Amino acid sequence: MDRVIFEVFRFIPEEKSEPHFDRFEVPYTKGMTVLQGLLYIQSKLDGSLGLRFACRAGICGSCAMHINGVYRLACETQVSLLGEHIRVRPLGHLPIIKDLVVDMTEFWEKYKLVKPYLIHSKNVPEKEFLQSVDDREKLTRIVDCILCGACYAACPVVDTHKDYIGPHAFAKANRFIRDSRDDGTFERLRIIGGEDGVFRCHTVFSCQEVCPKEINASGSIAELKMLTTKAAFTAFDRSKLKM
Amino acid sequence: MRYFPVIVVGGGLAGLRAALEVNMHNIPVCVLSRVHPVRSHSLAAQGGINGALGNHVRGSNDSVEKHAFDTVKGSDYLGDQDAIIRMCNDAPLRIYEMEHWGCPFSRTSEGKIAQRPFGGAGFPRTAYAEDKTGHVLLHTLYEQVVRFEHSSERADITVLDEMLVTSLAVDDGRCTGVIALNLKTGNFEAFQSDAVIFATGGSGRVYSNSTNALISTALGAYIPFKDGAPLKDMEFIQFHPTTLIGTNILMTEGCRGEGGFLVNNKGERFLANYEDSKKAMEVAPRDIVARNIQREIDAGRGFENSYVHLDIRHLGEKKINERLPGIRDLCIKFANIDPVTDPIPVQPGQHYTMGGIDTDINGASDIKGLFAAGECACVSVHGANRLGGNSLLETIVYGAIAGKSCAEYVSSLAQTKTGAEKVEAKLRDEERRAREIVAKDGDYLICDVRDELAQTMAQKVGLFRKEDQLRSALEDIERAKDKFKKVKFNAKSKSLSYNYEFINYLETEASICVSEVIVKGALERKESRGSHFRLDFPKRDDANFLKHTVARYSKEGITLSYKPVKIVKWEPKERKY
Repeated sequence: MDRVIFEVFRFIPEEKSEPHFDRFEVPYTKGMTVLQGLLYIQSKLDGSLGLRFACRAGICGSCAMHINGVYRLACETQVSLLGEHIRVRPLGHLPIIKDLVVDMTEFWEKYKLVKPYLIHSKNVPEKEFLQSVDDREKLTRIVDCILCGACYAACPVVDTHKDYIGPHAFAKANRFIRDSRDDGTFERLRIIGGEDGVFRCHTVFSCQEVCPKEINASGSIAELKMLTTKAAFTAFDRSKLKM
Repeated sequence: MRYFPVIVVGGGLAGLRAALEVNMHNIPVCVLSRVHPVRSHSLAAQGGINGALGNHVRGSNDSVEKHAFDTVKGSDYLGDQDAIIRMCNDAPLRIYEMEHWGCPFSRTSEGKIAQRPFGGAGFPRTAYAEDKTGHVLLHTLYEQVVRFEHSSERADITVLDEMLVTSLAVDDGRCTGVIALNLKTGNFEAFQSDAVIFATGGSGRVYSNSTNALISTALGAYIPFKDGAPLKDMEFIQFHPTTLIGTNILMTEGCRGEGGFLVNNKGERFLANYEDSKKAMEVAPRDIVARNIQREIDAGRGFENSYVHLDIRHLGEKKINERLPGIRDLCIKFANIDPVTDPIPVQPGQHYTMGGIDTDINGASDIKGLFAAGECACVSVHGANRLGGNSLLETIVYGAIAGKSCAEYVSSLAQTKTGAEKVEAKLRDEERRAREIVAKDGDYLICDVRDELAQTMAQKVGLFRKEDQLRSALEDIERAKDKFKKVKFNAKSKSLSYNYEFINYLETEASICVSEVIVKGALERKESRGSHFRLDFPKRDDANFLKHTVARYSKEGITLSYKPVKIVKWEPKERKY
């Protein structure tokens, strides 16, 4: 393989152009990632190609997009795994600002709904809050979330219910609910157990399937459904809400 | 034009910590960041953050003083000792604070924050969260920002992301605002303020072989520099010993801290063959390990003349999954090898900018009302060589310090909200300049000028430096300047909304200038100290060079001067490990 064809979604609302795909031919080099291909186009062929990127190492979450039918991070997707033909579109369910760049405002607003920070009512100790290795283990993987938006774009419920809070926010909520230092479970369950909350999830595993950090997002939502139900039956007894 | 008493430029760890500190002083603050804060390069830090917590079984005798001494020695005595002592003293407080805010550190069997050994440190004092410490710290700080965004307890924190600051407004020697390009709309916007804190990160992308994010460019150092803030010690560039072959993605020092070996093509742990690394071996400081890897490759004992092996196989799959899961993931995705069964191919690569905007111990720069913190600043706590685990520490310690001194400065001002005309004028300047840039129709591609220069820096201003190479680099820089005058704006759309051709132009201009500062500083520093190694002057020379390089910008060119190092406790000695 010495060249790759990139079909890239283009749309500049400001210039009133119709959405379309531009076709670019990019020379293939060994180890080339989809992001490298897009940056080649951006720097050599058309400098106005709009996309987001930063770390180029799968950790910042900027470059999630729809690549050959799957939501994934462009920076960690090897061209060699996809072959000579690559078709790139922006994240779904979000308004397009330009080309591959989407407006993530609603994504962040929904993230903020679940009180995404540690809430504790205990006195702050002089040193650290003690946390056992086992309790810390409950946070492993789920704290890896880079908020890239792949799960949100892949979720079919977001498609049909605009106010659905979304898998990214539920993962964040659960990351704190699972945290032995946190006392905000009750407050969060009221939000995520509500009209736009976890019970709208159809458990089709789309979020989990596309997560670049392999977070058990659907399992986590199931866990939250259980907790919310349990909370209803225990008359909101906070002490029984840790799993 | 919008007004905020304090503007923070940059949404990484230093920027967010500074903004939170200003917020704690009940002063409205706005963070302008070119990316959403959680995309900032701080999150790529893997190994950990240093502090004398004494949580490790072998760490009970650790102390602030020992941490400070290790840092001074690691800096090859170029770090300012008062600033270092202050940083190490505040370290436990700031780390516990992050823990209280929810940072999910890994834990010891007693439930305390876990610590691991790191290069150049006398005790295991690097607190960590697996190999994702920067990621969890950054998310934790952003969570605190969200919490206090519109809190009834304090004034607001406003975060405006995808705002690329392109210029300062300086009125009569006082910084009164910034101009930013709103990437979403493609329009420039004016921000008036009583003080500005720069926290824009390092200039790593001046080099082609950098571990840094693609957004870690020289722009953050260049903007205040051209408005009169000096840059200090820019010739000190850290090369990380272990970056993944090909992409130069960082392979944390934690790999070696946890017991990994460096091995040559004969299967030897070659660090034993060098005087300066035979005792500390893989956990010798970065400058020493990086040079010895390069020497090994140059002597033909590397692989394919370009790398050595970082072998962590003997740690076993369980420990690798527990302590270094991110490294395993990166190796599989980017090099198609699994470190559980194969050694990792690594080579040294540009990693950290020790120098930066010259600030005093309170984060204040030479321009009134302009503060700086984190990698873009030079207090200086890293001197000639930064110890692993001290950069994350610097961001939260000096981020808080800069935030506090900025808040005090703003509160002390007799007159606020000044300089509006200057800000408006700057806005018009930037708009005019942008129109000129998008109309450029010369012979060269902007990316080619940028990439050629970055190659020059990697090849001629790298680990080993020599007068003729440095002079040749200066010639390359002059050629880059000429070519840069004749570039073409290669974008079909001239709208500035997410127009990276435009951003590349600004960054390349910055890169040319900052590269010149680095090379001139390196040329004049006729000694070897820390990361700066001169083949033609292989010894440290305290008599002539125990001093900071200070570069200033003028229309006529870059001038260098020097200022003394603050030595308050430890007299310089030969640096031996």
